[in-house]
Amino acid sequence: MKIVVCIKQVPDTKGGVKFKPDGTLDRAAMLAIMNPDDKAGLEAALRIKDEDPENTEVTVLTMGLPKADDVLREAIAMGADKGLLITDRVLGGADTWATSSTIAGALKNMEYDLIITGRQAIDGDTAQVGPQIAEHLQLPVISYAEEIKVDRDAKTVKVKRQYDDRYHILTAKLPCLVTALAELAEPRYMTPGGIFDAYDNQDLVTVWGRDKLDVEDKNIGKAGSPTVIAKASDKVAKGKGETVTPDSPAAAVDYIVGKLEEQHVI
Amino acid sequence: MDFTLDKKHEMARGLFKDFAEKEVKPLAIEVDETEKFPRETVTKMQKFGFMGIPIPKEYGGQGCDPLTYAMCVEELAKVCGTTAVVVSAHTSLCCDPIMTYGTPEQKEKYLKPLAEGKLLGAFGLTEPGAGTDAQGVQTKAELTEDGKEWILNGSKCFITNGKEADVYIIIAYTDIVLDKKGRKTKKFSAFIVEKNTPGFTFGTKENKMGIRGSSTYELIFQDCHIPAENLLGARGKGFPIAMHTLDGGRIGIAAQALGIAAGALDRTVEYVKERKQFGRSIAAFQNTQFQLANLATKVEAARLLVYKAAEAKRTQQRYSVEAAQAKLCAAEVAMEVTTKCVQLFGGYGYIREYEVERMMRDAKITEIYEGTSEVQRMVISGDLLK
Repeated sequence: MKIVVCIKQVPDTKGGVKFKPDGTLDRAAMLAIMNPDDKAGLEAALRIKDEDPENTEVTVLTMGLPKADDVLREAIAMGADKGLLITDRVLGGADTWATSSTIAGALKNMEYDLIITGRQAIDGDTAQVGPQIAEHLQLPVISYAEEIKVDRDAKTVKVKRQYDDRYHILTAKLPCLVTALAELAEPRYMTPGGIFDAYDNQDLVTVWGRDKLDVEDKNIGKAGSPTVIAKASDKVAKGKGETVTPDSPAAAVDYIVGKLEEQHVI
Repeated sequence: MDFTLDKKHEMARGLFKDFAEKEVKPLAIEVDETEKFPRETVTKMQKFGFMGIPIPKEYGGQGCDPLTYAMCVEELAKVCGTTAVVVSAHTSLCCDPIMTYGTPEQKEKYLKPLAEGKLLGAFGLTEPGAGTDAQGVQTKAELTEDGKEWILNGSKCFITNGKEADVYIIIAYTDIVLDKKGRKTKKFSAFIVEKNTPGFTFGTKENKMGIRGSSTYELIFQDCHIPAENLLGARGKGFPIAMHTLDGGRIGIAAQALGIAAGALDRTVEYVKERKQFGRSIAAFQNTQFQLANLATKVEAARLLVYKAAEAKRTQQRYSVEAAQAKLCAAEVAMEVTTKCVQLFGGYGYIREYEVERMMRDAKITEIYEGTSEVQRMVISGDLLK
């Protein structure tokens, strides 16, 4: 069973957000972490591997700057078998379309039974890349997974999918793509020895450039991105708000309920 | 000479820091107040490989180095001195001597489960009448006539991980010989003793000033029979084994002291920015600034000595002086930094909720156990004047 987990190195919001003049994120200038939804997806893959370690291979894949190597090594230190870094200057500035085209272009040259991505990344919050990859590869997709169970004999995956006020239990034939929620699984810690292995064996991470990808030029990088960012900014400071001092608790309740009704919250 | 950590050490530090913040810090006050051994945390640390960091993989460890181990103890100590010493006593005082002196069978039987996190270790040298003066050890081991067993009699006190451990390294005298001047001298040996061995019981639990959650107990041996094959190293070599073990242990305790100091400083830096007096934050006062500058410099100096000692353990056969200097410096820095941090906190520093008072109480023991600061000075000056 071969599982590919797509992960993304995202800016750690604790370190502040920085933009380039063109409105895209200045990733090189920010502290970086593994995207939380992706980390939960990786944990789900590692749990599937725990069931049958001998017959399961977990590969982590990322597209990004050369420093995204760190996030792959982190995944290996958690228990993934190997990593693939897709990095090339011509891929920079990609929107979700170009990103998913590029990643699908790599996956076309890989073997897999199951692809897991995070639901969305905390930097862009689009939730588009996972389903788009499935579309490019003509695979079934199940999004918002809270639970993933694989039936190795039947070659199917059963997913508990979050959906508004209920869950869907869906079964799909493998190969398929599942997008994971951070709630899916509390990610395990790395082990100290896993960290040493991940860095001592440099070969565990393979690097692919543009030439290794099965994708057309028109679908990659900034030029292949139909999205144009009009303006981007850091969080705008909120105003002071309104301060009132009602005469009694009952008056305070009436005031708050009135405001909530006014805003159509209740 | 490069003082920057490489990527794997950086990532390992990040792991320990993350674990300490999420799993250890929230329990630190309770562990101190209730003297509760942090069993749940230890179980997690066992699961994630924290209990065998410098032990080679073939013996169930993580295959890392002493520096990584020291950083683990440091990061844990930043938030909880108790949790840090559990790891230190287990790794340095129990795993390390079996790794260094154990037979292949002993390594398979004891080191592997210890390093894999299935068992917890402890070490017993100190006795009521024997601390710094090892000749005062009264615990005795006699070989049975058939040579199949040793019979242990005596007691050990102040034993870290005391009642919680599964495997103990116990130092006892096995022979009395005449030295060059014709005086009677005890020859010691080291033994591996399992919990639940008949004749091995626990005495008083110590009620301590600091590191209150660590299980500090008296161990009592009354006709305790242990298999002959549990002699660790050669008969009569127990003293050098104990001294070598403590050399390594001092790096662990130095890392603990460093962590306590660094943790107190971190809290204080946050606090002085928030605390307002005379209309401005106390960080705006030059006294605060200069105090913090002094403390940060001392913490960094201690860190360099601790890391240097850890690297010396990796690369050198002997590292007694490096370990003694690291422990002497880090322990005294821990005491000074925590005391001054309490002062910078003012009245709140004396209140338990603010935690720096706990760090001050925890710091004190680092000047005492695994060789007092005075013993470290003896080791260092002994080398200078040899």
